[in-house]
Amino acid sequence: MSPLTIGNRLAKNVAVQSSSDRPNCLTSGHRACQGCGEALGARCVLDAAYVATKGKIAVVNATGCLEVFSCVYPENSWRVPWLHSLFGNAPAVAAGVAAAFRQQGKEDVRVIAQGGDGALADIGMGCLSGMFERDDDVLCVCYDNQAYMNTGVQRSGATPAFARTATTLPTGNYLGNDAQTGKNLPKIAMAHGIPYVATASVGDIRDLEKKAAKAIRIKGAKYLHVHVPCPLGWGYPTSETIKIARAAIQCGLFPLFEAEHGKIVESTPIKEPIKVEDYLRGQRRFAHLFGKNAPPEALAALQNTADNNIREYALVGGADE
Amino acid sequence: MLHQLEGSHAIARALALCRPGVVCAYPISPQTHILEGLEELIRSGKLQNCEYLNVESEMGALSVAIGGEAAGVRSYTATSSQGLLYMIEAVYNASGLELPIVMTLGNRALGSPINIWNDHSDAMSVRDSGWIMFFAETNQEAADLHILAFGIAEKVRCPVIVNVDGFILTHAYDRVDIPSQEEVDEFLPPYAPSVSMDVDSPIAIGTMVPPEYFMEVRHLAHRKHEDSLAMIECAGHAFEEKFGRISGGLLRGYNLRNADTIVVAMGSVAGTIKDAVDELNQEGGKFGELSLVCYRPFPEEALRNSLKNAKRVIVVEKSLAVGIGGILSREIELAMKGCDVEVISVIAGLGGRNITKTMLKECFGRKNHEKTTFLGLRNDIIGDQYRRISNDDC
Repeated sequence: MSPLTIGNRLAKNVAVQSSSDRPNCLTSGHRACQGCGEALGARCVLDAAYVATKGKIAVVNATGCLEVFSCVYPENSWRVPWLHSLFGNAPAVAAGVAAAFRQQGKEDVRVIAQGGDGALADIGMGCLSGMFERDDDVLCVCYDNQAYMNTGVQRSGATPAFARTATTLPTGNYLGNDAQTGKNLPKIAMAHGIPYVATASVGDIRDLEKKAAKAIRIKGAKYLHVHVPCPLGWGYPTSETIKIARAAIQCGLFPLFEAEHGKIVESTPIKEPIKVEDYLRGQRRFAHLFGKNAPPEALAALQNTADNNIREYALVGGADE
Repeated sequence: MLHQLEGSHAIARALALCRPGVVCAYPISPQTHILEGLEELIRSGKLQNCEYLNVESEMGALSVAIGGEAAGVRSYTATSSQGLLYMIEAVYNASGLELPIVMTLGNRALGSPINIWNDHSDAMSVRDSGWIMFFAETNQEAADLHILAFGIAEKVRCPVIVNVDGFILTHAYDRVDIPSQEEVDEFLPPYAPSVSMDVDSPIAIGTMVPPEYFMEVRHLAHRKHEDSLAMIECAGHAFEEKFGRISGGLLRGYNLRNADTIVVAMGSVAGTIKDAVDELNQEGGKFGELSLVCYRPFPEEALRNSLKNAKRVIVVEKSLAVGIGGILSREIELAMKGCDVEVISVIAGLGGRNITKTMLKECFGRKNHEKTTFLGLRNDIIGDQYRRISNDDC
């Protein structure tokens, strides 16, 4: 392990990000918004995978914020082999890259496909499912900010219920995104029976790094779903990305777990449980749920989703730390 | 060595000799037998060290090939018709990324109405996509063009579509000379990409290009295509020298000398046209035939040289640009600008309609042609519908 930077308090559990020789796979100078959860998530995932493989990773990126802010020619923030093809095909392109490496006897180079929830839950779902079903040797990482942020915050299949987006503007009796729970991509991934599925969040960097490092070494199809708050799209101060991400975990709306071959093997207990409204209150996309005419059913429905998660994934009162 | 083979299997055998490393398959008629044939060659060990992926869609198929090629391995897939439309975003992407993928297009009509039979509408839908496009006349040429395609694609750094008439070639049995592995190895060197995804020298492929650079990128793509014309012609000569038969190149003329009327076509219909030309000439006519083997890049100068002494050029084309008419005929008209040549557009064989020698002879022998002639059109069927349309008020 490399020398610690000043301020590392937990010497036994040093994050890749706090190490002085962190690889910076996504290096500085890119054009992401201040407080971007996706930029942070991508750097953490790739750095952890890079360290775990001793630098042998290749990345296929879907179209989206992550691609647009990182590589406007002639600038480029990626320090790893990186390929952007299209919006909806990153898992298939990555499958081709993995096949080519296998054909050349270079299976030690590990392949990552990454993109947002639009790229993977919506437009690229077919290619993603195909990659899972074939058990291609690819780690697919979804940075879920719960809407199409790059095009101006439109609703995606992963947008949570009652969220205000540019295409679900609450007006009159309409309370924003119709009451759905958002497409549950981790469960869809699990249904394919692939070797490894995990959820993670930029609200828990060590957990995120641990899962990325674990996933990249596993042979076959892997899926990592990372919760990445978006200050612009969700409407909160740029300094609060981590706070918001943590609140999503603590209220039970974003459960952290790991699954192997379709079965949950580990879930992370909530340390300090909070109510769903404490997570929602700080975000403009849910502000209409707190107005004076807001019907209480909306908040109750979201709390119900969180309670169900807490029961299903045994997030409270289960295994103590 | 001579074999009696179905067109698709002849193509599969030729492909295997080119040693692709990544092959991805998604079924659509009429190309399916090619990928089935390749699968069999791989499973039986006749083609070794090749990854074969059954994917979930045509978008997936070409995307896997994009990934394979970007990681430095010769990659191949095949499609037809709706499948090509389904992957069209990746079609433009592959050429933009300069990835020398080779893809067979088993030419088939586009719906709606759905129709699985042969015409060139699918090929025409990607004519501006930046891929090099060849059209095969026979099963032999279909096989040979694939051997040529990889070398050309990799030299030009541009993907190639080999167009093969659906059913007419893909499903027809014919005598095909399949060369030996040694011969193909001598003709086609192993793939040595100039750039690929490499952990030792990481590069970013497929970055966003802003207005300050985009025009230049497109200009260079165009220049590259124009420059490749000479190379494609040379490759045709080299092929003839190596294998002792003529396949590929830019154009192939038949009886052009002293011809007053030259019929231009692409693909397998050239055979029937040549028969019609022979009979017309026996009856005292002065007809010739010109096959366009390389459609993109468009061999404008070579075409002009071949056609400039003719009085009439009849373009028999298996596609239609609704609202304007023939596509190839208009391109040839532009190529012949300034020459005293009448260019006639004959739309034929759409959706697998038979093109017979009798129909062609009658058509070529006419003194006057409509602006756009539809060969063998059944007026009994269109009559009522046409009356209905024209009776509608403006």
